[in-house]
Amino acid sequence: MNAIEIRDLRKVYGDVTAVEALELDVRQGELLALLGVNGAGKTTTIKMLSCLTQPTAGDALLLGRSICREPAQVKELLGVSPQETAIAPNLTVRENLEFMAGVHGLTGGKARARTEEMLRTLGLEPVTRRKAKTLSGGWQRRLSIALALVSQPQILFLDEPTLGLDVLARRELWKVVESLKGRVTVILTTHYLEEAEALADRIAVMAAGRLKALGSVEELLAQTGCKNLEDAFVALAEGGADQ
Amino acid sequence: MKWLVFAKRNTKEILRDPLTLFFGLGFPVILLLLLTMIQRNIPVAMFELEQLTPGIVVFGYSFLCLFAALLVSKDRGTSFLLRLFSSPMTASDFILGYLLPLLPMAAVQCLLTYLFAALLGLQLTLHTLASGALSLLTAMMFISLGLLLGSLLNDKQVGGICGALVTNLSAWLSGTWFSLELVGGWFKKLAFVLPFANGVELGRGAIQGQSLTPWLWWCLAYAVALTLAAIAVFRARMKA
Repeated sequence: MNAIEIRDLRKVYGDVTAVEALELDVRQGELLALLGVNGAGKTTTIKMLSCLTQPTAGDALLLGRSICREPAQVKELLGVSPQETAIAPNLTVRENLEFMAGVHGLTGGKARARTEEMLRTLGLEPVTRRKAKTLSGGWQRRLSIALALVSQPQILFLDEPTLGLDVLARRELWKVVESLKGRVTVILTTHYLEEAEALADRIAVMAAGRLKALGSVEELLAQTGCKNLEDAFVALAEGGADQ
Repeated sequence: MKWLVFAKRNTKEILRDPLTLFFGLGFPVILLLLLTMIQRNIPVAMFELEQLTPGIVVFGYSFLCLFAALLVSKDRGTSFLLRLFSSPMTASDFILGYLLPLLPMAAVQCLLTYLFAALLGLQLTLHTLASGALSLLTAMMFISLGLLLGSLLNDKQVGGICGALVTNLSAWLSGTWFSLELVGGWFKKLAFVLPFANGVELGRGAIQGQSLTPWLWWCLAYAVALTLAAIAVFRARMKA
């Protein structure tokens, strides 16, 4: 069953077409990596799917709910970790998590239980009582992802989740993301090709707002005749035919 | 009850900033003390407590405008608000969540100022109580102005506009520090078209048991208009 069905999705800002005629299905529990150079349309796609911006045309169904007609219901299903770290600076790590659980309708014991679970899962226990603004970039990023997960979303959007992290912190976060596979449908945008290769079930390559290729790493290599993902990505981003 | 969760978060964000506590709660009291000391050495009718206290209260509210604007603009400046926009929170949850923590803070600020004025010699009567209660209308106006400016400007611009312009306008055009009658002319007319002097005169009128018109209508109109404008602009920002 498909968790996400995107149909002819289009977004235009003035004279600029950010996303054009996007058609894409994502299976339930699948982790799809969305690759593309800057300005390819990845973040705009995520923003439309998470109801942060309205499409100019087309629609997408998230677990059967339309982003155009039922944004309130769609938002109940989602977790979003934006490109920049998105945390409440003067709240402690625990308060951030309890706040986000409350915003998603969890109260009292349920909110506390989910908070504890997130603290454990994301390894945030050593910094539980620290204010978010005092954390290092790696911890903040980890908290940001925990905030996206605390509501137990069925669909998770991770927009460049490891941007700016050192290798160790990145590997730690990979483990967390990997642990979600099969349970949560994840769309992950990234500039790190090794990240997509390590984590994704399938990879979608976007360029100039269009979907250029979609498939597993092996399928993309076969499609381009390249020996590694970086070469395949360059070939597809520079000149691949639209999907 | 998502607005309540959001309001709690905003309360913590505001109260954990020591500058907020100083300017919100301490500064009006210090001003009241200094000006009362001056008044005792060089008697000035304007600085008698019945005249001065409502003015200090209104001036103190101008800092609430700054806090409200900074709260919204800082949230807008990071991806935090983006995250919240993708949550099930509605526009009403946001507005209530931003607005409500500042109203109790205004009430505490007003109460502290009046209690301190009482220690200095102001008689606490039902009229004083009415003056304090009515001043919350002026507080609402300042908070809504803050939400409006916070929805339109970034946090650096907010610092300039709210931190400098609004507090200065509130000081110069309120009739708290010097008599608007003495300046007269266009200056006085302008002062009574803007909300600050009307807020002060409303408080003074109430404390002296006098008629509250037309100041009450000016304050009510500004409070309603600015609240509606803040809601409209914030909703537009959400959609954008």
